[in-house]
Amino acid sequence: MNKRQEQGFEHPVPSDITPRGAYRDRRRFLATVGVGAAATVAAVAAQRAHAVPAADASHPGNLPLLPAIKNVALSTKEALTPYKDVTSYNNFYEFGTSKSDPARNAGSLRTQPWTVVVEGEVGKPRTFDIDDLRKLAPMQERIYRHRCVEGWSMVIPWLGYSLSNLIKAVQPTGNAKYVEYITLLNHAEMPGQNDPILQWPYLEGLRMDEAMHPLTLLTFGLYGEVLPNQDGAPMRMVIPWKYGFKGGKSIVRIRLVEKQPITSWMRAVPQWYGFYSNVNPNVSPQNWSQANERRIGQGGFGGLFAPRIPTQMFNGYGEQVASLYKGMNLTQDF
Amino acid sequence: MSASPTLVPKQARLSLRWRRATLQARWFKPVVFMLCLLPLFLLVWRAFTLELGPNPEQTLIWTTGLWALRFLLVTLTITPLRKITGWAELARLRRMFGLFAFSYASLHFTCYLWLVNDFNLDAVLKDVVKHPFVLAGMTALTLMLPLAATSTNGMIKRLGAARWQALHKLVYAVAIIAVFHDWWGKLAKNNTLDPKLYALMLAVLLGWRVARAWQERRLQTRRNEVPARV
Repeated sequence: MNKRQEQGFEHPVPSDITPRGAYRDRRRFLATVGVGAAATVAAVAAQRAHAVPAADASHPGNLPLLPAIKNVALSTKEALTPYKDVTSYNNFYEFGTSKSDPARNAGSLRTQPWTVVVEGEVGKPRTFDIDDLRKLAPMQERIYRHRCVEGWSMVIPWLGYSLSNLIKAVQPTGNAKYVEYITLLNHAEMPGQNDPILQWPYLEGLRMDEAMHPLTLLTFGLYGEVLPNQDGAPMRMVIPWKYGFKGGKSIVRIRLVEKQPITSWMRAVPQWYGFYSNVNPNVSPQNWSQANERRIGQGGFGGLFAPRIPTQMFNGYGEQVASLYKGMNLTQDF
Repeated sequence: MSASPTLVPKQARLSLRWRRATLQARWFKPVVFMLCLLPLFLLVWRAFTLELGPNPEQTLIWTTGLWALRFLLVTLTITPLRKITGWAELARLRRMFGLFAFSYASLHFTCYLWLVNDFNLDAVLKDVVKHPFVLAGMTALTLMLPLAATSTNGMIKRLGAARWQALHKLVYAVAIIAVFHDWWGKLAKNNTLDPKLYALMLAVLLGWRVARAWQERRLQTRRNEVPARV
């Protein structure tokens, strides 16, 4: 649209018009200035001090905030997947097998009080209260890529700290070769467990060196807040170079063991789901290709016209983790 | 209340009148046609209102595939239903349902080609060779091609009824492969309840045909035996 000159008044094009929110903020700011010089300085300082955390934590889920330091070194700079998608589209079979089920059904889960037993091949077995676990190490925000074995992916700002902090705290013995982590078993609060679709409780595990890897995140929150129930509250595992199902949710028990655990998915469909389940575009023991992925929340028209993006080996974390698998045949050990 | 002898013909008349008003009515087929389009309309509507969910690709592929399978089963239901109820006019719906099965399967394939592979035929070829699940789906669609191509009255005439019928027995293979394809796909989520239900329905539909063929053959041999005894 062109600008029109009429009766000495220049009609603006829509893009010239200052949004209402912006000029209202400006007017409010000017009003503050009017109070006085000292007050102005104080007000601006206050506004600035307030502005930083407010911009960081937009408080999208209205859940309690979880203060954290940004770990820029371990974060991707890719565009975040909207909070709405992260919290309404995911797999959490304890609440149903459809990806809209967790958000719909997870309200029944009670996450307070919550304790986590850490046991097995450890010198100091202990039952932690969830509040103590949150304070065990400094909370960090890490923006990770998240790749589901179904062929979709997200970019999520998680809050947590490296699992290695917890493992060190309980002093593993020389026999600790693997770590298994177990989700809550509660048929009343997790209605999906009435369906014998998987062996409950959900069990996942890692090799010790994988568990001790700094990228492996013991996760308590996302988007600046505590985890919503449907994403695995109050505590879950996030292993960014593996398929999403390796990240056990609503964990109540962590066990250090000598033998490789048989995970829930290995038990259910052994020919498709292996213990490692590293993201690998070249290997698809399942029935469909893992060569590329659909990034949720990207692209116009509700994401319909967003091109698929090529899947990266180890989900793009190869530089950090490839050495863990040196000498292994990843086609067989999938 | 005892059944009065005059009630039976009255009931039959009623049933015939009801059939004339519905199944045999001129509006019936167009209305069913529109109903068959409803799943597609809903998908298009959801696409334009951005209501296909966070993963529109998956919604489109799964929904079109599901309706292809459902229409296949509906198509296979027509003949048993017609024979059991004696409503001959059902036959005129069979071709339409079959073509809807083919149309939804084609949409399903197009979505796969476009949304999963961006029309990259090389990627598709690799996928087919590597994954029997994909191969099964494509086989089912390929086997439907000659059926759709020979669905016109002209083609029936050209082929001759016997040959046309023999060719269209392919639909049994298509349905079996389609159920298998669905089952295999759902194995990913280890949630095979729906595929099991569809497999059961197909088993009933095919089982009825086998039972009937067996019964007819027995009748045939008995009839043939009669003159021998005399």
